[in-house]
Amino acid sequence: MTGHLLEVRGLTAGYAGAAVLHEVDLDVPSGTIVAVLGANGAGKTTLLRTISGLLKPRAGTVRLDGAEIGGLAVEKIVHAGLAHVPEGGGVITELTVADNLRLGGLWRRDVADTAAATDEVFQLFPILRDRRKMLGQQLSGGERQMLAIGRALVARPKLLLLDEPSLGLAPRITTQIMELLRRLCDEHGLTVLLVEQNVRAALAVAHHGVILGLGRIARTTTASELLGDDALRHAYLGF
Amino acid sequence: MRTLWQSTLLRHLVIAVVAVLAIMFATGYVETFYDYQLAIIAAYLCAVAGLTVLTGQNGQVSLGQSAIMAVGAYTTALFQKMFSDHDVTTQWTLLYSLLAAVVVSGLAGLVIGLAAARLRGPYLAGLTLAIVLVVPAITTHWSSVFGADQGLPVPMNPPPAMLGDGFPNEQWQAYFAVLAAAVTMFLLANLVRSRVGRTFRAVRDNEVAAQLAGINVARTQVIAFVVSAACAGLGGGVVAAINGAVSPDSYSLTLSLYLLLAIVLGGVGSLAGAVWGSAAIVILPYLTAKLMTHMTLSPAAAVKLKDNVPLAVFGLALIVIAIAAPGGIQGLLRRIGLIPQPARPRPAITPAPTQPSPRMQPPSSTEPGAPGSTSDTATSSEAASAP
Amino acid sequence: MDRFIFLTVDGLSHGAIYAAFALALVLIWRGTRVVNFAQGAMAVAAGYIAFSVTRATGSYWLGAIAAVGAGLVLGVLVERGAMKWVGHTNPLTAIVVALGSALVIEAVLGMVYGVNNRPFPVPFSQTKFTVRGHPLFSPYDLFVFGVVAAVLIGIGLLFTRTPIGLRMRAAAFAPETARLLGVNTARVLTLGWALASAVGAIASLLILPTGFLNPTAMDLVFVSAFTAAVIGGLDSPAGAVVGGLGLGLVLSYASGYLGSDITSIAVLVLLVLVLLVRPNGVFSSTAVRRV
Repeated sequence: MTGHLLEVRGLTAGYAGAAVLHEVDLDVPSGTIVAVLGANGAGKTTLLRTISGLLKPRAGTVRLDGAEIGGLAVEKIVHAGLAHVPEGGGVITELTVADNLRLGGLWRRDVADTAAATDEVFQLFPILRDRRKMLGQQLSGGERQMLAIGRALVARPKLLLLDEPSLGLAPRITTQIMELLRRLCDEHGLTVLLVEQNVRAALAVAHHGVILGLGRIARTTTASELLGDDALRHAYLGF
Repeated sequence: MRTLWQSTLLRHLVIAVVAVLAIMFATGYVETFYDYQLAIIAAYLCAVAGLTVLTGQNGQVSLGQSAIMAVGAYTTALFQKMFSDHDVTTQWTLLYSLLAAVVVSGLAGLVIGLAAARLRGPYLAGLTLAIVLVVPAITTHWSSVFGADQGLPVPMNPPPAMLGDGFPNEQWQAYFAVLAAAVTMFLLANLVRSRVGRTFRAVRDNEVAAQLAGINVARTQVIAFVVSAACAGLGGGVVAAINGAVSPDSYSLTLSLYLLLAIVLGGVGSLAGAVWGSAAIVILPYLTAKLMTHMTLSPAAAVKLKDNVPLAVFGLALIVIAIAAPGGIQGLLRRIGLIPQPARPRPAITPAPTQPSPRMQPPSSTEPGAPGSTSDTATSSEAASAP
Repeated sequence: MDRFIFLTVDGLSHGAIYAAFALALVLIWRGTRVVNFAQGAMAVAAGYIAFSVTRATGSYWLGAIAAVGAGLVLGVLVERGAMKWVGHTNPLTAIVVALGSALVIEAVLGMVYGVNNRPFPVPFSQTKFTVRGHPLFSPYDLFVFGVVAAVLIGIGLLFTRTPIGLRMRAAAFAPETARLLGVNTARVLTLGWALASAVGAIASLLILPTGFLNPTAMDLVFVSAFTAAVIGGLDSPAGAVVGGLGLGLVLSYASGYLGSDITSIAVLVLLVLVLLVRPNGVFSSTAVRRV
């Protein structure tokens, strides 16, 4: 009915003993970038991990494209069209670039389309084609992040979860990646849920912004509103 | 000013003395067969208690405890033979033989401990496994000393005259076995509560942190090994004394697995658990054997089942308990409230109830077998400071 | 000189079998950080299946196929039935559960077959060819080398060239990431166990003809193979192969020149020597941490 690609309602989740997320509501419209912002410890990573299934929710629902995915196994959620690039990228350092990419699309039945998608990834990140025989551990930080994102894109996901892609990267590369995300969104209809500490970089490309504080949604608004409103920004983000 | 009761040493001493006297008193009132069972249980308790301290308190997995029991057993046999050859008939010979068993086993523990000081986990388990398998080879190769497969007899004197004429042998065996077990438990209980015991646990819980705190990890590991070896040697010596004979196939891998089962059953790291475990591994085979005499079986089937049914039961018990009840019997008793939880030191500052940063928490999902499940750590630290 | 050649060939032949068995252990270690202490029992159970099938059908090859199949099934059973439920915090738990599984398997075998030694079927002659009067190797030795080589090459290709091999490597190196890439790591893990168990079954088929078949027949083989794996470094498949061959040679020379009751002592001495110098094995990539 609402047409949002991702609908989260009343999500409560946490680790042994402590709940981190408390009744989180979140909507991610199809074809947009939603940035999740907040201080350290607010629960941003936990939110992504719960959506992708690494963490089982204690309460609440998560719907991807209308279908309930809360409580499903991680693999099933991935097969439903979700991709999650964890903090740091999660590049498997013992495997080659080519193997990492291949792994991203292994679960798909359509081999030809996966090959096409891999080609597109190489076009997006030409450096990966150059380095495809190298081991993951031989890549630089920026290259690893590109590999991690490329690997996620090989499966042509409907929804991409990105956890702090700018971490440890030079500002120039961060900008590159953010612009790339926006392009993928505008031209290919990719939907992105982006967790970022680098507020400026995130808000420069995001359509909407969500502020998470102590495991609860503190504010949901459009990115432009957030960028433009000094007092609002100051209250929540400190600058 | 601490009252006398709060002194750990004194408290343990009183408990030990009372227990020993009570048990000795009871042995007079039961059939001699039960005295024999009690003696065997007490003998194994020495070895099991030593193993539970080594594995549970210090974190070293040793599959070689039965080999060290063999060292103690053979030492006892040889010393008893020496006394017998020289016609020494005082009752103190048994004490000297057992002391010799303790010393020699301790030395064996020293050698193994030194070799194993840097090993962890499966590497240590593998080394100790290889040691067990060496026992029959040693007895065969130096068969003139160790008697190869037939083993050696352990000449024993009759019960001391002061106990009276016709004092049952089994009751005498129960006496010295229970005494040996009481001494072992007393010493171990004090060790566990002492500074040495704390260094054991510190190394077990976090080796790097222990090292940074100034603990010599290798030395701690070796000490733990020597202590548990001495206990095993005493246990082996007592078993040899009770049975009057020693042979290599009593000290096989199967025995090591039984000892492992005993500590898992009782609760790894728990001395009280060692009592449950030792009783279980002695009583259960006896019960299953008795059960099978009530079933009519062809002799061929009986032979096949006799030894194997207890083994199968034990294997299943190991699996089920290790997975479902990691704290063993002692842990279960605590959980259902029959035994009070040990007092835990309270932190000086209670943390404010804010959400912890997700990055500092170990990520865990709730599926079985997933990495990071916390149930094992909870029970192992539970077993840590309680007897 | 004759004796030396004979011992060398014999050592390599046994060594190849230890190498295969050690590889099975390394496979499971790499995938799960668990040493499969039940591997010997699982392998001997497969051996018993071969024995029964061969006795019933008269064909060695049917028995061999049945053994490999039994290995696969046992791998699935032990992993799904026991090892899957073991938490990852306490290494003792995995060891205890594996040993418990071994006990159960060996006890069941004892109940079904009894503990007496059984004769094991042999597919090829074990008499050595002679060259100019010097005995070299037998058709059986060639068979052993051939089979082990095929297994090693097969496993190598499986891991490096096939999609399932890629999944297995990913699940072993980075299980959480693998799941995020759609890999069903639980299924892959079970498959890894099945595969390792099948390799163990093949090792069993190869070594039992040279000894006796009884429920505890593979215990010493397990220790030897484990020693070989430790020597090579539990993380290294190549190390398992080199360790296996090396161990086979050492055992053969020790047994030949010093007496056969010495073999378990020789294994222990070798293990102690290696672990004193390299606690993580000869080929390990991780050095022991010194703080």
